Amino acid sequence: MFIIGELINGMYKDIGKAIQTKDKGVIQQKALDQIKAGADALDVNCGPASKDPVNDIQWLITTIQEVTDKTIAIDSSRPAVVEAGLKVLKGKAIINSTTADEEKLEGLVPLALRYNAKLIGLTISKKGIPQNKDQRLELAAGIVAFAQEKGFPIEDLYLDPIVMPVNVAQSQMRDILESIHDFKIISDPAPQTVVGLSNVSQGTCQRSLVNRTFLIMAVGFGLDAAILDPLDKELVDSAITSDLVLNKHIYCDSYLDAYRKK
Amino acid sequence: MALELVKEKWSNAVSTLTIGAIKEEGGTRQKVVQCGGEESLPFLFSEGKIPHRPVIAMEILDTPPDDWPLTLTSALGSAIKNPVEWAIKCEKEFKADLLCLRLAGAHPDAQNKPVDHLVKVVIDVLKVTTIPLILVGCGEDKRDNEVLPRCSQAAKGEKILIGEVVQDNYKTLTASVLADGHSIIAQSPIDINIAKQLNILITDMSLPHERIAINPTVGALGYGLEYAYSIMERARLAALSGDKMLAMPFICFVGYEAWRAKEAKALVSEFPSWGAELDRGVTWEALTATAFLQSGANIMVMRHPKSAELVRNHIDELMRG
Repeated sequence: MFIIGELINGMYKDIGKAIQTKDKGVIQQKALDQIKAGADALDVNCGPASKDPVNDIQWLITTIQEVTDKTIAIDSSRPAVVEAGLKVLKGKAIINSTTADEEKLEGLVPLALRYNAKLIGLTISKKGIPQNKDQRLELAAGIVAFAQEKGFPIEDLYLDPIVMPVNVAQSQMRDILESIHDFKIISDPAPQTVVGLSNVSQGTCQRSLVNRTFLIMAVGFGLDAAILDPLDKELVDSAITSDLVLNKHIYCDSYLDAYRKK
Repeated sequence: MALELVKEKWSNAVSTLTIGAIKEEGGTRQKVVQCGGEESLPFLFSEGKIPHRPVIAMEILDTPPDDWPLTLTSALGSAIKNPVEWAIKCEKEFKADLLCLRLAGAHPDAQNKPVDHLVKVVIDVLKVTTIPLILVGCGEDKRDNEVLPRCSQAAKGEKILIGEVVQDNYKTLTASVLADGHSIIAQSPIDINIAKQLNILITDMSLPHERIAINPTVGALGYGLEYAYSIMERARLAALSGDKMLAMPFICFVGYEAWRAKEAKALVSEFPSWGAELDRGVTWEALTATAFLQSGANIMVMRHPKSAELVRNHIDELMRG
C-alpha cells in the first residue's frame, strides 16, 4: 500500500494558520510525523482560503523539502498552481489531479511528462460524479487512452474511482469497490488505483472505523494507494496487515515496525 | 520475429557488505572483500548491476578436526594441526578470497580452550595473512558470548565478519561488533520470518544493515538443499522488491554441510557402487555450492581446495555473462 499523508492541507486550522504566518516549524513537524507513522508520500494543498496559491504551494514544498525527500503530491485543481509547485520540487512528484475532461488532460498529461511526475486521474467529468460502475469505467478508459496516446507511462497513472460518503451513497459502495478491480484490467501494464479515503466517512459518527473498514475491503479489490490520515495508527496498521495477508511483504513478529522503517 | 526476453524491474538492491580493512582504514589487510550490492537475481546481468562476484572463504579450525574424512584432511596436509599454517596455506596455495576461522576448540564439550588462547589464535592468524577474516564461534551461546567479544576487541580495526547470532542470543555480540567496527552473521533456522525479525532486532541496536550477513542455514545436496534454496530465493525476491530487512548478502556454510553428508564421506569399500571417495566428496561440496550460487549466495564457506577451485572456475564462467 502506497500511503499518501493528507494532513498538510490549508483546510486544517493549524496548517491554514501556518501558511498565513509562514511558520515553517508547524509544516515540517506535520511532514515528519506523517512519515514516521508510515506515509510514503505527502499530499500538499494550500486550502480554499489561500489568497496566493501559486506562492503558497511553492513555500509549502520548499519548506517540506528542507526536512524530507519523500514524494510530494501537489494537490490543486488549478494547473497554474500545479506547475508552480513542480518548478520548485526537487524530488519525486505526483500531480493530484486531473479529471477525465479533455481540456484538463490536455494541460496536465504533458505537464506530468515534462516534469517526470506521476498523475492521479479522477473518474469524474464536467457532467458530474458517475453514478455507477459502467460510467466510472468509461471515464477511466478515457483517461488511460489519452495517456497512452501521449506516451505517458501507464504504471505512473493513478486512477481514482471517487469515493462517496457511505451515508450519502450507500448503494454505490459496491460499485466503487468493483471499479478498483475493473480499473486494473483496462490495460497491461495496469494503471495504479488510488482513493481519497476520508471522504467515505464524511458525516458519520464512526469515522475511523468506517475509513478502516473501507480501506481493507478496497485493498482486497486491488487498491494500490490511498490518500489518508497516517496518524490514525489503527488505520495504517490495518493497511500494512492487509498487504501482509496478500503476501506483498514477508511476515515477521515486528512487521508493523519493519514496514514503517522501510 | 525476434523473441524479446521479459525483464524484471526491481526497486531495491542487496546491501553491500565490506569485510576487511587496509592500512589506511585502520586495518592490516592488503585488500578488502566486498559482497552483495546486486540489483537483480543472480547472474541476470541484463536486469540490473551485479557489482561484486560471489566469494569463497576457506574454513579453518583453531584445533585439528577430529571428524573430517580422510579425503578432506589429506588434501589439507599437516597444516590442519596448526591454524596459522593452515591459514597461510589457504591464502597462498588455495587462493582463498577470505578465511573463515571457526573456534571449534572453544566448545565446553570439546576442549573448552581458555579465552586468552583463542584470542591469541585470532591475532596470530591475522598476523600471518593479508586477506579478510570471518570468525565463527563454537555454537554454544554462553561460551560464544564469553569468547567472541574478546576476539572482537582484539581484532578492532580489521573489520572482520563475526558470528553467529540467533534470535534469542544476539545482544552481547551485536554490542561488541558495533563498538569494534566489525560486521555480524545473523543465523536463522531455514526460516525467512525469523531471518527478517533478527535483522530488525539487530538494526534496532543501531548496527547498520550494511554490516549484517544472513546465514539462512543451508542443507547439503540430498539434505534439504532445495528447501534452503527456495527460502533464499524468496528472501532475495522480497529484498529486490524493497524489503530492506531481508536485503543483506547471504553467507552459506557449504563445506560444513556437504562434508556431513554420508554420500560425501562414506568409504568406497563400504559402498563400491558409489565410486571413489575423493571425487564423490569434492563433487558433493562443489555441487552444493553451485546450487546456492543460483539462489543468491554471496559468501561460500568451503573446506576442500579442489571443490573451492571448481566453484571459483564456475563463478568465473558465470560472471562472464
